[in-house]
Amino acid sequence: MEKVAISASDLTKIYGERAALSHGNFVVPEGSICGFVGPNGSGKTTTIRMLLGLIAPSGGTATVLGESISHPEKYLPRVGAMIEGPAFYPALSGRENLKVLAELGGFPLSRVDQLLAKVDLADRGGSKFKTYSLGMKQRLGIAAALLPNPKLLILDEPTNGLDPSGIQEVRGIIRDLADSGTTVFVSSHILSELEMICEYLVMLREGKVIFSGRTQELLSGQKPIIVAKPEYDVDLTNLAKKLTDSGFNLSISDGSLHIEAAQEASATINRMAFEAGITLASISVVLPTLEETFFEMTGDSK
Amino acid sequence: MIRVVIAELRKLRRPTLLLGTIATVGGLSALFTSIIFLMIDSENGNSERGERVGPEELSQAMGLVYGFRLVGVFLGIVSLCIFASQTAQEYSLGTLRNLLVRQPSRMKILAGKFISMKIFALVMVLFAGALSILISFALAGRANVDTSAWTTSAAMELLFKSTLNIFIATLCFGTFGMILGLVLRSPISAIAVGVLWNLILENILAALIKSTGKWLPGTNFSNLGEGGNPDLTYRHSLAVSLGYLIIGGAISAVLFKRRDVAN
Repeated sequence: MEKVAISASDLTKIYGERAALSHGNFVVPEGSICGFVGPNGSGKTTTIRMLLGLIAPSGGTATVLGESISHPEKYLPRVGAMIEGPAFYPALSGRENLKVLAELGGFPLSRVDQLLAKVDLADRGGSKFKTYSLGMKQRLGIAAALLPNPKLLILDEPTNGLDPSGIQEVRGIIRDLADSGTTVFVSSHILSELEMICEYLVMLREGKVIFSGRTQELLSGQKPIIVAKPEYDVDLTNLAKKLTDSGFNLSISDGSLHIEAAQEASATINRMAFEAGITLASISVVLPTLEETFFEMTGDSK
Repeated sequence: MIRVVIAELRKLRRPTLLLGTIATVGGLSALFTSIIFLMIDSENGNSERGERVGPEELSQAMGLVYGFRLVGVFLGIVSLCIFASQTAQEYSLGTLRNLLVRQPSRMKILAGKFISMKIFALVMVLFAGALSILISFALAGRANVDTSAWTTSAAMELLFKSTLNIFIATLCFGTFGMILGLVLRSPISAIAVGVLWNLILENILAALIKSTGKWLPGTNFSNLGEGGNPDLTYRHSLAVSLGYLIIGGAISAVLFKRRDVAN
């Protein structure tokens, strides 16, 4: 049986009449990279805060690294976290900010400079936090989360404000940590990023867990799309009518037909086009991306 | 908890806060002490509420700490502002969540913060006292004040008592500020309420309803700093102050322990 880093059972948080999280059940296997996705206000940050002992659940239970969330002191020394963006003292330098947290957690101060180098802030460590760009602030937040050399790393939107190379660096850091056995629980709005690195996913919608499991399991459960592109654009509507009349569900986008059908239907579609005197420039089968799956499952519109 | 104290002291010793406080406290101490000696002949007075304190009075042992005692209540207000802002800013900056992830025991965080700010307040009081005494000695000759009584054991005892009393008053004001910071969670609101209450509202209240005067927190904190007076004894002020601080401290500690950290 797989060991779990995080396990939530009926975890619930109610604010007044509104359930920020309702009976959340999910597990995050140890050593995995698990994405945490959901539209704004779906309960992601509330869940993360409950896991870190910052807010008390209204119901249900959860364990982190085998310990109940009612005793955060038992597991937090092994947990690194960045919640809702980096929050530091503006008048202190990046280095001093990390030293405050290192002293508080009882970690060696020598780790501070190592981590500043790791997140590419070594030469700006002495500058005041308030002078940092958003990307630098984000990188300092990641460095702070890495202070305890964590067994579990919880990151809330770690790539916010980062440029493409910064995003790639964060992805590299996350992969390195996972390779060394650290469990990473990461929320992000950049779903293509999560799709690239996450083996597991927890998906929320309106305070409810709508999926928890392997990313592959989620994506393979979705209907594939056959993308057919006629040689001439004038044939697009003609072919679309023929396929619709034959019972296919489709949409037209970027000069191509996007047909919801199993891979085996490709031959039928190709034949129907040929019989109608339409030459297809290309025909391919694509699985929906995580982003498309997310929008379909959450009912959110792009 | 020692780790919390060390971490908090790192925040408190940042140049903007430390130098800003030293400049403020030093300025106040220098101003009040200088006025006593430089305006010794002024018909408008050289002490509180236009009182005149002459060379004879200042030549006694009490003369050594006269300026220091005058500045005491203002040290309390400075301390209130620092304690309030240092506590409330953890909410407004969102840094409380970082602290609690690294030190989940909320009571240790609170106690560590309180101890570190006590240390900061002590440094502030000692600095103000030392500067006031230096200025007193420097200006005594010019004001024809004989300083021979200032080096006697009675003067040293007065100096020790005054320092202790001002430190206690400073802690009372500071704790009051910390309570406001915990309850209001906004540095500006906490400082505004604290300063307005102590410098304006209490005076209005005491003027309107005389009997309330001896039961108001700021009046009693200030009285502790002055060492008490015949109308309001030190013992009474100590009991009233402790009452306020224990009740306020308990309420804010429960709030701090139980309240969700949602920002």
